[in-house]
Amino acid sequence: MQISKDKFKLVGTQLGEAEKISKPSLSFWKDVFIRFRKNKLALFGLVLLGLLIFMAIFGPYMTPYDYASNDLSNKNQPPSSEHWFGTDDLGRDMFARTWEGARISIFIGVAAAVIDLIIGVLWGGIAGYKGGRTDEGMMRFADILYGVPYLLLVILLMVVLGQGLSTMIIAMSITGWINMSRIVRGQVLSLKNQEYVLAAKTLGADTSRIMAKHLIPNSMGPILVTMTLTVPSAIFTEAFLNFIGLGLTPPIASWGTMANDGLAAMRYYPWRLFFPAVFICLTIFAFNVVGDGLRDALDPRMRK
Amino acid sequence: MAKYIGKRLLYMLLSLWMIVTATFFFMRIAPGNPFASEKKLPPEIEANLNAHFGLDKPWYAQYWEYLVRIVNWDFGPSFKYKSQTVNDLINEGFPVSFLLGMEAIFIAVAVGVLLGIIAALKHNRWPDYTAMIVAVLGISVPSFIMASFLQYFLAIKMGIFPVARWETFMHSVLPAVALASTPMAFIARLTRSSMLEVLANDYIKTAKSKGLSRGVITVKHTIRNALLPVVTYMGPLTAGILTGSFVIERIFGIPGLGAHFVTSINNRDYTVIMGVTVFYSILLLVSILLVDIAYGIIDPRIKLAGGKKGE
Repeated sequence: MQISKDKFKLVGTQLGEAEKISKPSLSFWKDVFIRFRKNKLALFGLVLLGLLIFMAIFGPYMTPYDYASNDLSNKNQPPSSEHWFGTDDLGRDMFARTWEGARISIFIGVAAAVIDLIIGVLWGGIAGYKGGRTDEGMMRFADILYGVPYLLLVILLMVVLGQGLSTMIIAMSITGWINMSRIVRGQVLSLKNQEYVLAAKTLGADTSRIMAKHLIPNSMGPILVTMTLTVPSAIFTEAFLNFIGLGLTPPIASWGTMANDGLAAMRYYPWRLFFPAVFICLTIFAFNVVGDGLRDALDPRMRK
Repeated sequence: MAKYIGKRLLYMLLSLWMIVTATFFFMRIAPGNPFASEKKLPPEIEANLNAHFGLDKPWYAQYWEYLVRIVNWDFGPSFKYKSQTVNDLINEGFPVSFLLGMEAIFIAVAVGVLLGIIAALKHNRWPDYTAMIVAVLGISVPSFIMASFLQYFLAIKMGIFPVARWETFMHSVLPAVALASTPMAFIARLTRSSMLEVLANDYIKTAKSKGLSRGVITVKHTIRNALLPVVTYMGPLTAGILTGSFVIERIFGIPGLGAHFVTSINNRDYTVIMGVTVFYSILLLVSILLVDIAYGIIDPRIKLAGGKKGE
């Protein structure tokens, strides 16, 4: 069979065409965000977290009542259009107290995470980068401290240092940073022998510049996940300490103190326990889900 | 193995020494005199008391005595209740806490493993989603909130269980469930992910292709291998149950060591706080060590001789 030549047409292949990347290039964090967005539970957690933070900022202004002022003629009122979440045994408005408590709980969580971050990055970063004896010594110290039971040490410190917001954050940070330092050390160990670090060294960058510009930014993923997961555990610890009578002193409203007060009155005024308890759970849930989602989004093995 | 155990033992002792030393110095800087009360004591009596408790000696002598006492399993007296020692408290309260803790560990492991296995076998179907929602809830709801909700709904409102106290088996159900909820959720997630990992292995495919039944594959090949990581969780599990017992025993009015500990915190009974802390630390560190050794024996793939765990 003959096919006439004019049936064929030269389309012309350009070699460059095959090399072209058809998809727009994505930065690492864009890629992470796309994967995070696919995780519905994590996205829900993020929205929930946004709402909680919004209410923590603006909630106290939404009601004319103040979180600390007593009104003994209106004590133990159930939720109503006047007091949305009811009132407690001193007639204080629970709605205002709940969002004031949100501020304190989230502040404690974030503060603990930030302190852990600073100490952990310095300790783990130096240990990992210096290596050898320094690493050995620093990590052994961390190991020994890590063996000390966390909550017991926090309780001890609170007993000795006295109650208060700053004591609580200090007590939580004393052993809290170890986890972070281990993660940073692991990251730095795996990154420090990469060519770009060698290149930076050759160009005369000093250690602090290499750490700040190359090693830490490249370890940001695991650091972020650890931070996100530190917050709920700090919020839990705060509530826990208040619950065993080692927390903040009145009139400060934290979810832990409110839940502790509410427990005593649970049988007759259940809303006094219900509101702080539900918001503790929602906040811990939101941070956990976001942290898990972030971890999955950052883990290249999860790529499909 | 011996080298590994020796090394771990050394670390454990160092951690213990650290907490014992910390408690000793905390005692000294703790606000207030242990004998401070409403009445001012005559100086002679105070001197006598100081001599009785050895407080007139220099600090290093006191420190040494403290160490010797702890090695001899003597955690000291209570400053608030003159006739009681920390050892009395432990002997009285610990058996109750131990019973409650064991019940909680049993629930956590049994239910957690079961949920995890079901979730993995029905991966990405409704049993999986249900089990994982239960797990996320368990992780997000702190044990003391779980305890108060259980108490409110099941005991006060519905009257299915007794509200509080420690008498019959029925009294122990709610506290044990509340104590178990968070570790159960962790175990369920751990079991699920480790089951999924094992199920993706080639030897599972081989077992299927040689015609083994689903049941045999699940029990003999999957679960046995998948449960290994769960063993590593036993250490944190013990810690969680132990600290959880502080609040749970308080909520349910159970006369365990945890409740005594919280009472001593509220009374600022420093010697009891320190003594019980040291006791709890010993308990925890020893159980974590035992778990690690057990793990090395159960899983022959782990080489312990070099002192490093295979990961």
